[in-house]
Parts: sequence; structure tokens; C-alpha cells
Amino acid sequence: MATPTKTNRIGLEPIAYKGGKTTLCAGCGHNAISERIIDAFYEMGVEPSRVVKLSGIGCSSKSPAYFLGTSHGFNAVHGRMPSVGTGALLANGKLIAIGISGDGDTGAIGIGQFVHLMRRNLPIIYIIEDNGCYGLTKGQFSPTADLGSKLKTGVVNDLPPIDTCALAIELGATLVARSFSGDKKQLLALLKTALAHRGTVMLDVISPCVTFNDHEGSTKSYAYVKDHDDPLEEVSFVPFFEDISVDYAPGETQEVTMHDGSKLYLKKLEEEYDPTDKITALKRLHETQRRGEFATGIIYIEPDRDDFLTQLNVIDEPLAFLPLAKIRPGPEALEEIMEGLR
Amino acid sequence: MSSTDLAVQEKRAQPAAKRVVNDFSIQVATVNGSGSQTANLVLLRSILLMGVPVSGKNMFPSNIAGLPTWYTIRASKRSYLARKKEVDFLVAMNAETAKEDVLTLEPGAAVVYDEPLKLNTLRSDCVFYPVPFDKLVAPVCPDAKLRRLVRNMIYDGVLARLLGIDMAHMDKALNKQLGKKGKAVILNQGALKAGWDYAQANFTKQDPFVIEPMNETAGKILIEGNQAAAIGCMMAGVTVVAWYPITPSSSLCEALIGYMKKHRIDKETGKATFAIVQAEDEIASLGMVIGASWAGARSMTATAGPGISLMSEFAGLAYYAETPAVIFDVQRVGPSTGLPTRTAQGDMLVTAVLSHGDTKHIMIIPSSVEECYTMSQEAFDLAEQFQTPVFVMLDLDLGMNNWMSSPFKYPDKPINRGKVLTGAKLKELGQWGRYKDVDGDGIPYRTVPGDGMPAYFARGSGHNARGQYSERPDDYVENMDRLGRKFETARKFVPRPEIDAVAGAKIGLIGYGTSHWAITESRDQLREETDVKTSYYRLRAYPFTDELVQFIDAHERIYVIEQNRDAQMRQLMKLDLAPERQAKLRSVLHYNGLPIDARSITDDVLSQEGFEVAKKENVRAMSAGKAGGE
Repeated sequence: MATPTKTNRIGLEPIAYKGGKTTLCAGCGHNAISERIIDAFYEMGVEPSRVVKLSGIGCSSKSPAYFLGTSHGFNAVHGRMPSVGTGALLANGKLIAIGISGDGDTGAIGIGQFVHLMRRNLPIIYIIEDNGCYGLTKGQFSPTADLGSKLKTGVVNDLPPIDTCALAIELGATLVARSFSGDKKQLLALLKTALAHRGTVMLDVISPCVTFNDHEGSTKSYAYVKDHDDPLEEVSFVPFFEDISVDYAPGETQEVTMHDGSKLYLKKLEEEYDPTDKITALKRLHETQRRGEFATGIIYIEPDRDDFLTQLNVIDEPLAFLPLAKIRPGPEALEEIMEGLR
Repeated sequence: MSSTDLAVQEKRAQPAAKRVVNDFSIQVATVNGSGSQTANLVLLRSILLMGVPVSGKNMFPSNIAGLPTWYTIRASKRSYLARKKEVDFLVAMNAETAKEDVLTLEPGAAVVYDEPLKLNTLRSDCVFYPVPFDKLVAPVCPDAKLRRLVRNMIYDGVLARLLGIDMAHMDKALNKQLGKKGKAVILNQGALKAGWDYAQANFTKQDPFVIEPMNETAGKILIEGNQAAAIGCMMAGVTVVAWYPITPSSSLCEALIGYMKKHRIDKETGKATFAIVQAEDEIASLGMVIGASWAGARSMTATAGPGISLMSEFAGLAYYAETPAVIFDVQRVGPSTGLPTRTAQGDMLVTAVLSHGDTKHIMIIPSSVEECYTMSQEAFDLAEQFQTPVFVMLDLDLGMNNWMSSPFKYPDKPINRGKVLTGAKLKELGQWGRYKDVDGDGIPYRTVPGDGMPAYFARGSGHNARGQYSERPDDYVENMDRLGRKFETARKFVPRPEIDAVAGAKIGLIGYGTSHWAITESRDQLREETDVKTSYYRLRAYPFTDELVQFIDAHERIYVIEQNRDAQMRQLMKLDLAPERQAKLRSVLHYNGLPIDARSITDDVLSQEGFEVAKKENVRAMSAGKAGGE
């Protein structure tokens, strides 16, 4: 007896969003993130042939092989994925780009390209799978390791961390969020929100390294992160294609309309928090960091700013597929140029 | 100046022997940032309008304002466009360099100079024309702030009178140069006339140099190589450009921006059919190009040596992941920062094998502005045909100097996008593998995101024929051998050399890029002055084509002429050649930052051939160039 197959709004089964078998360690936070990506893309009904997966080098950067197996992917060089992603989106603005980086790939070797990606508001979902160490080279500190955090060997980090969320807000990213690989519900809601946004999404996901950074004294261990996760709000996402009305008491929940018409409901926890205000966002990041905690959820959102392709006034049709007649000016143009040079 | 002074001079100067018509060089020595470029380009174009073949070369400092600059203009009835080693006519406007500029002239040279510099006291074997520039500029330019910029136009007027250049041509050239800037045109016209009137009233012609009308330049254009390449890229259908400013390549992308904004805006939507991004550095520039090419766009960047060094890692990725990329290298003097505003062919060796591991790249090498235009188009076709980076190797002399050329022809064929998988082809193949050599030429079929064909995972890590991650020895070797095969296939498709085989010549010359112009002239000198016959092989691409071995075999001795210290192209040849052929190779090397000249080649070849070559003093009106040793 055949069970009815589960399909999404474009008629695809969950298996269409799966990738190859992971080669990362059992229990690695990155695998949980890959699973949430599969769920989010399935639930949002994203066409896999429109997706491009990009990454740099490191454990994190291997993970695009483990989701969306029928999508194109590009595993670039260390720290330079942003430029490759930028080029791909310039060539074809209809692509949905997801870039996976790590804390070393972003915060150290790739900080330059990261900085300039954030400034351009390129329509890309940029995820940092953040474990505070270099796993693939056996656990050295990365630039997001907290001050005083301890390596397995007992070495203590004495340099201040780079807060990639604060940096991204400062530089102009239009959707900045932080989550924890172990928080299925929040991470899924954030990923769906990311898919509804048009502009740069910077999503820092604390993703413990079970092999090199999950011990006592580490501030990126499962135990530490669970204890110090400080959600800013309860995130509910209602996609544009679902006709659901949400009742909420005014003042308790903030409603944000996304670029594609989806709705984001942010139920406030603790005191007043307005993620559309840059200064509030930066202040909160500094406050939670001082307490040794991680602020998670939507930290900053600016849904309406023009993305990079709009700023460049690029034609809607993908540049990659323009016919010769559109990309080679006629003989009269050449003659005009020649005449000007005589 | 009083008439007595002139009389004194007339006595001192050498008698004007015979007239030298349309065959001499003018050097204008100024300070950079003084607006002399307008005056120099007007002078250049006015000679072109006289129908006389002409070239202009700017020797400028890496500086915004205040350092010495020399602009040389060569009129040549025989159409020699290379730099002439000797300066025949000096315009000395820069107090700082004037003395040395004059002292390094050949006897018999003429000097127009700023009167207060009193250069006529320095030597008696040259002709001197003092001009009181400050006195002349005041009445024609009431606004004292603008005088510095207008002042230079006066020497154009003086030269028009002394050399016999038609003032109507000067006017036309001025209008062309300043275009719609009405007020500037009027001010400069005044300065031009003031110079002409002053020379008319005060000077008697004592030097032999004259411009006489010819009919050699009808329809010709004047253009810089970077500009020509930009036009080529636009006609090739480039859609994504990423660049980072660096001398001497910046003007390529800047010219391209100008042309694209004018000619590549979609008429229906008013939107751009291109995206041009100024990236954060050269690394990101090439990264963007690779991403764009991978996603199906025709994409390019332009840089110079330091950028090439930075692009090394990405060049290896593009080679190994097999994405097209067009990279212009407008070469300048290295190593390191080197001499950023001087010319060289110093990146040939590093570019041929740019990146770690076994890598080899296609390079194409234009010699002329016309080839900058045509080869830009070929570069995009080759990059997509071979799914690999293609480097277009210009140099500063070609990219940033003004060259006379026939107008460019409209492309006569469509673009070649290479082996992009289609539905029909997929059906024929049955199963597709991204890196599978289906046709035996080493070139696989690729797909592009969003085109509906099967996807693959591009990567710089080891992979098999299906594009899957692999560390298996067999997979690695198979893939590297196929890449080797692909490079061999490229030999048959890169631009072929231009060969002038001379019957009975025992000597063969091999040159490339801008050396071509000096080589052409040097061959005439060798033949006319010492009866030495030479054949000539103008190399236009790497990898080398079959003709190279044939040319070497047909001659006893081969001189490889290059503008670098280490004989870089000769070293690349040695990688391909059998020892007995390697043994035939000799080098002529020029690497002082100035464009190579014919006399240097001629003297070097003759000396290596055992002729007695008169050792001349280093003749050059350039104080800053002294250290180079020509």
C-alpha cells in the first residue's frame, strides 16, 4: 500500500533537496545546519535549478556538497567565496545564492572580501558556520574565538573576538541574524526569512566543533552555548504563499513585511527591542557580549534597500543569456567611435 | 629678446646643412600636472593632419603634479612608429631638467626653451630659440589662475611656425582635443596664435627640421592601446567586468565604462546590458570574473604586474575548475612596485605558468592598437572555447601611448561560446560528465547555472571526470593529462605568428608585442647600413605554434628580442625545444623602462655578429632615466 508522497508547493519531494552523504564528524553542528537548509528550501518551494551554492575552504565549506545535490555549486578558494558569488549573481541576477563560510574563512583570510560583500548588499545568503576554531587543521583558534576561551591543549585565547554580526551591521548588510545549530525552530525560521529577503543576509550560526572545541573552558561548546543563548525575540515566519493570519497583541510583537510579501513576526522577549534600528542592534550585541552571552534571532533587518544589481541598473534578463544582438553594438556605433579618433 | 641676441646665435649655430623632412623626433620636457598633455596631443594630431605618419610617447612619473615629464613625438615618412633614441628637437619647459636635457642632445639639435632658463649658454653646437612664455601668456589669458594651463599651448604655435605646420590643422586638432569646452578653446587658440606670431616676428629658421604635407594618413585614427582593447571587449559582447585601479591598466576599464554607457544600454528598458564593478582588490576582481564566467557571462578584468601576482591563486582555480576568464595584463616595470609608469615585457614567464601546481595558460600578445582591438575579441572566444583563463599581454607603451592606425573593422563573425551542453547534445551523449573528454581534444562540455541542463560542483580540489571530489591517483592523473591535451589543442587555435622569411638570411629575429616596431626599423638599418639580411618571426601567442621550430631550423642564429632582463620568452621556448635548437637562441634585451628603439637592437645584433659598433655616449634627454643605462 503506497503512502501518499509529501510534496511542496512546486511538487517536489524532500529528497529533491538532499545532497551527498556528509563526511564531517558525527555530531558536527554543520550537519544540523545542512538539514535546516534542506528543510527551509523545501518548505519555501525553492526551485533547486535556480540555486547556486558557494563556499570557501574549511569544514564549513565542504557542507554545500551535503544539501541540494541537484543545484550548481562552486567550492572556491580560501576566504574568497564572496567575489565568486558576486560574479555569479552579476552574470545572472535570477539565481538564488547561498554561500557557506566558516569563522576562519570569513574572519581571517577572507575578512577583506567579507567586508566588501556586506557593503554591496548583494542578494546572497551568507552563512558562517561558526565554531571558533580551524577544524580541518586540527583545532587552532580562529578570529571569532572569545577572549579567555581555552583550547583542548590548554592554550588560552588572549585576543578579542571579531563579532561578525556587529561588523555586518556596521558595513551595510540588510539582514543580520545569529543562531545556534542546536536550535532547530529558530534556525529554520531565520533561513526561511533569509529566502524571503532581497539583499545581503548575514547569518552567523554558532556550530560547535565536537572534535576540537567542545570541552570545558571553550565558549563555543554545546554546553556553553546552550547556557548562554539569549534570544532577542521569538521568530515566526509566514511565507507569502500561505494564507495565515496571525493574531498578536500590539506592542508585544513586531510585524515585518519581507521583499517577497512574506511576513515576519517577532514576539518580543524581555525588554523592548527594535531590529530595524541599527544603533539599538549594535548596542544589544555589545551588551550581551559583555555578559558573556550570545544574542540570537533577527538582530538587524532593513527590508527595502536596493540590492547591488538594482544599484547597477542591470537589465532584468540574465546577462549570461543575452543574445548577441543585445551585447554587440552595430556597425554605426563603431563608425561613430572611429570618426571621433580621426 | 633683442635682435642682437639672435644675431649672436646665428653666428654660433651650425649652418643648417640639408633639410630634414618628416623624419625627426620632438621631445617636450615639462612638469606633470601642468596641462602639457593637451598641447602635446594637439601637436601630435596636427602632424597627422599634415598627412605625416606620427607616434607619441609619454614618459611620465608616478605622481600627480610637480615631477618631470617628457613627451616624445616622432614624425616618420617611413612610418616608423617606435621610439627614436635620439632627440632632434627639444622643447625645454622644465627648469629642473632643462640643463641635462640640453647637454644630452646630439650636436645639431634644436631647442625651444623658456627664455629665463638661458639654455643657449650651455653649448654652441645646437640651435636655440628662446621664448618668453610668461610675457606671452599674460595678454592672452587674463585669468592668472589659468595661465599655467594655457602657457604650454604657446610652444605649439612656435613649433607650427618653425616646423611649417599648417595653423588650420593646429586649430582643428585643438578643437578635437577640447571638444565642447568653448572657453578653453578660445583661450588656447589665443596662446597658439601668440606663439606663432612671436616666432614669426623674432626667429629666423636655423635648424633643418621641417614638416611637409604627405598623403600617408588619410582616414587614419590616433588611439591608445587600452582604448582599442576596450572597444574590442565591447564588440566581443563582454557583460561582466571587475577591476581594481592600477597603472597602466586603469584607462582600459575607464574607457570601457565610457563606451558601454554610450553603446550598451538596452533601448527598450534603458537598463545596462553589462555590469562593471570596481572591486576591493585584484584578487576579488578575478574572483568575480571567475564567478561570472562560471555562471555563463563573458567576463574580464584588467591589471598590471602586481595584480597578476595577487591573482595567482585564482588563476590556478580557473585553470583547474575550467572556467573561462579574460585577463588583460598591461605590463609595467617590476619587480615589486618597480617603475609603475614605465614600460616592460616583464610578466611573460610568471603569467605563462601563473599559480602553484602544474598550470599553463594561454597568452595572446598584440603588437598594435588594431590587434588590441581584434585580439580582445579573440581572447573571449578562446577563453570560452578552452574554458580557461586567457591573458592578453599588452605593455604600457602600447596601452597608454598614442598610436596611428587604420580604422578598426566591424567583426565579421559571431562569437564562439565553446562547448556548452545543449539538450540535443545531452541526448546524443547519453551520460554527461563535466570533465569528460568526449571529443578527444581535451575540452569537456560545460553547463551553466540556470540553463536547465544538469548541475555540477565546480571545485579547486581533486575531481574525477564527473566532477566529483576525488583523491584517487588514477583520477588525478587522468584529469591532469586531459588538461595537458587541452593545452596541446590550443596550439592549433591561438593567433599564429606573422613571418617574413627572407631568402638567404642566416639570421632570424623573433620578437613580440611593442618590440615589433623597433624590430621592423632595425631590420631596415641592418640591411641598409651593413647589408645584414634578417628574417622575422612575430610571435603572437603562447603556447607556441608549429611554425616556431620550422623558423629556428631555417636559420643559423636566432635573436629573441625582448623588453626584460631575464630573456623570459626565450626561457619559455627552451621548455619546448630540443637542445640543438635551444643552442641557436641568442637574446637582445632592453629593460630600462623606456620603449625599445631600433638603434639599440641594431647595435646589439651587430655586436653579437662580430661587427665593430661605435660606442656612443648615452644619448638621451632624460635625467630620470640615467640610472637605467641604455
